[in-house]
Amino acid sequence: MKLQSRIAMAVAALMLLPLYFIPFWNISMTAPQYPEGIGMYIHIDDVQGHNRHDLRSINTLNHYIGMKEIHAEDFPEFDIMPWVIGIMIGLGLLAAVTGSVKLIMTWLILMVIIGIVGLVDFYMWGYDYGHNLNPDAPIKVPGMSYQPPLIGCKQLLNINACSWPYTGSIFIGISVLGAAGIAWYEKKISGI
Amino acid sequence: MKTEKSRILRGMFFGAGFVALAAFLFTGCPSQDRMMDTRDAAQKVYVAPGDHDEYYAFLSGGYSGQLSVWGLPSGRFLKVVPVFSQDPETGYGYSEETKPLFQTSYGFIPWDDSHHPHISQTDGDSDGRWIFINANNTPRIARIDLDTFETKEIIELPNTGGNHASSFVTSNTEYVIGATRFSIPYETDLDVAIDTYADNFDGALSFLSVDPDNGRMDLKFQIVVPPYHYDLGRAGKGPSADWVFFTTYNTELAHTMLEVNASRNDKDYIAAVNWRRAAELVEEGHGRTMSAEYYHNYYEGNQGYAVSNRKDEVTVLYPEDIDENFMYFLPTPKSPHGVDIDPTGEYIVGGGKLATVIPVHSFSRMLEAIDNEAFDGDSRGIPILDYDATIIGEVEDPGLGPLHTEFDGRGYAYTSVYISSEIVKWSLDTFEVVDRIDAYYSIGHLMITAGDNVNPEPRYMLGLTKTAKDRYLPTGPKQNHPAQLYDISGDRMELLLDFPTIGEPHYAQAIAADQIKDQVKQIYELEENDHPNAILGVADNRVERDGNNVHVYMASVRSHFRPDNIEGIRVGDTVYFHLTNVEQEWDVVHGIAIKGAENAEILVAPGQTKTLKWEPQRTGIYPFYCTAFCSALHQEMQGYVRVSAADADVPLTWRTGTN
Repeated sequence: MKLQSRIAMAVAALMLLPLYFIPFWNISMTAPQYPEGIGMYIHIDDVQGHNRHDLRSINTLNHYIGMKEIHAEDFPEFDIMPWVIGIMIGLGLLAAVTGSVKLIMTWLILMVIIGIVGLVDFYMWGYDYGHNLNPDAPIKVPGMSYQPPLIGCKQLLNINACSWPYTGSIFIGISVLGAAGIAWYEKKISGI
Repeated sequence: MKTEKSRILRGMFFGAGFVALAAFLFTGCPSQDRMMDTRDAAQKVYVAPGDHDEYYAFLSGGYSGQLSVWGLPSGRFLKVVPVFSQDPETGYGYSEETKPLFQTSYGFIPWDDSHHPHISQTDGDSDGRWIFINANNTPRIARIDLDTFETKEIIELPNTGGNHASSFVTSNTEYVIGATRFSIPYETDLDVAIDTYADNFDGALSFLSVDPDNGRMDLKFQIVVPPYHYDLGRAGKGPSADWVFFTTYNTELAHTMLEVNASRNDKDYIAAVNWRRAAELVEEGHGRTMSAEYYHNYYEGNQGYAVSNRKDEVTVLYPEDIDENFMYFLPTPKSPHGVDIDPTGEYIVGGGKLATVIPVHSFSRMLEAIDNEAFDGDSRGIPILDYDATIIGEVEDPGLGPLHTEFDGRGYAYTSVYISSEIVKWSLDTFEVVDRIDAYYSIGHLMITAGDNVNPEPRYMLGLTKTAKDRYLPTGPKQNHPAQLYDISGDRMELLLDFPTIGEPHYAQAIAADQIKDQVKQIYELEENDHPNAILGVADNRVERDGNNVHVYMASVRSHFRPDNIEGIRVGDTVYFHLTNVEQEWDVVHGIAIKGAENAEILVAPGQTKTLKWEPQRTGIYPFYCTAFCSALHQEMQGYVRVSAADADVPLTWRTGTN
């Protein structure tokens, strides 16, 4: 592997570092009573309100329809994900040091698997959050469930909820595309 | 020392004769009923739904005792900030937290008459930290935070009758001033014959320092002055920033039928006080310490119960004690009302209420006259300056009964004229009237956006008038007081809007919305709630008995109280509901009211704790409920208290949850 490719792979691996500081997913909601909006940012190790007390407000509102409260400490994912990302950074750097294209391919496959597992996990949480409602909830709308959208926007009673990747995901995207490009380039030149 | 007697002897005609003369003088030049083209005016005051006004306007409540907040130019009513009067709507003055604010040396005073709001200043411009306002009747000054729009402090002024020349601040809010409008004996509770006025009565000028960090006031010193009536005051600006000026009337020393007896002299005075020098003299030990009873009430932390501190002495400067002159009298015609300083700090404009001119003194000429000792006698050791030495202009033909003046920073002054019910605009260069416009009706104060600042913003002018008569749909023999909004951005004043207000606004202040709207709090942070009886989490809710006092530590969150069933209260108990609103969302307010409570409701802002005191008189079941429409399940936000007989042995229990 060329030196430039190794450096590029190291950079691609390090592109995951910002995930420790910035959110990678954003759920934002608007309603007539919330002109200023309300929502949450998902980090690899935390979930935080857009504003200081948004989570508290979301939990207060959601109790009317019987949704569970959201507390970061209830998500084992937030304990696991920092390690997973850490391992992927390490593995990526290892690929850069060793110059192994195979290792880059492995890294890419793992990243894709992590992405799919992550989305499936997010969907399952959303399904449970939206369907597993407290039977004592004051507001019951027959046939209504409140599963938030996986990606995109959805009207839930008076609230329009949107779920989209956020800044952190751009870094994931750059990292994965970069690594894929390096692998493709290396395969191409070695194939000639 | 010159006596007052010679002046008293100089009477002149007044009353009907004066009015007749005035009518003769002014019939030639009526002001104009002039309004901008309706469509243009509408466009100028139109603020689209959801958009914000350019200015916050703070109007004193007058006899409501409060401060009302409005948006300009739309004239939108925003809020009443309760200050000196109990407000059952919010529970201000009814909750245990706010009751101490009402404490005075005369006990709990539930009402007052608030006149002159004044925003704290930095370098002579409003800075939007606090707004001060005076109580005229039982003399006090209050401070309102402009991040919560709540009254945080009230201090009483001892030895003062009618605190009217108040609550104006100096250029950097070093001091806020107060003064006696109705002179009384300086010594507290002195029991003397009223006709010994000249011998036993005094005036008092008060100087309260303001802590630059937290705004806390402190009565640093008073100056004991001749028993005139000190009517209005203003601090100087720029070169005159070390001075404050007070108008006086009743230099005749009348104590009965003042409308005649206090209107005899051709000239009364504007008192000029070098406050910086006076403060230094106090520091240097020239003051006397005198006994004086007054209260200083304020919050010590973010929240909690206001404290009432009783004070028992005050430092007093007697000008005749001190060799050095630090105050002077400027003769001014005739029972002057307002005293207003132009943005450059040079011109001292008297509102010669009964005068046929608007007298303008020059600050620099005043300093020259002091240097040259151009004195025309003295009063109790206070030099009286020669009128001709300080006066720089007399605005002719100003209308009848000029009161107050504000400035546009472009060389013009605007004076409200009560009797002829108009506003006159005049030049600070030529001292000639250049424009006049009607007021509806009988204008008192006027206010220009930042018009008392070093840098006025010549956009809008608000005229605060005293009678509405036919201006709006009639609402009975007693109607609310009007305000008129004028556009002053052009050469001529133009009427834009006319709207009724709350109470009886005297003075007002306006500040650009951008200067304060970002500092306004949306919630009280629960984490910073230092109320001794707050519960920071709903799980901490409980009821505790302490003899006959029962303390309910209660939380409210949409849409329930915790606890909401309470039993074991007995007739004869005093129950304190310490209600914490644990919401942390803007404008989600909860309240509490309980059947039969000889009290108001209390409203509790998000993150705030308030205490409602209740003394049940009869056995029974008492519903209580949230008075604020907080949520769709607002009427479900209720609970019950069981009150048993005084000798009952029902145990004290509380709960929330399953039926």
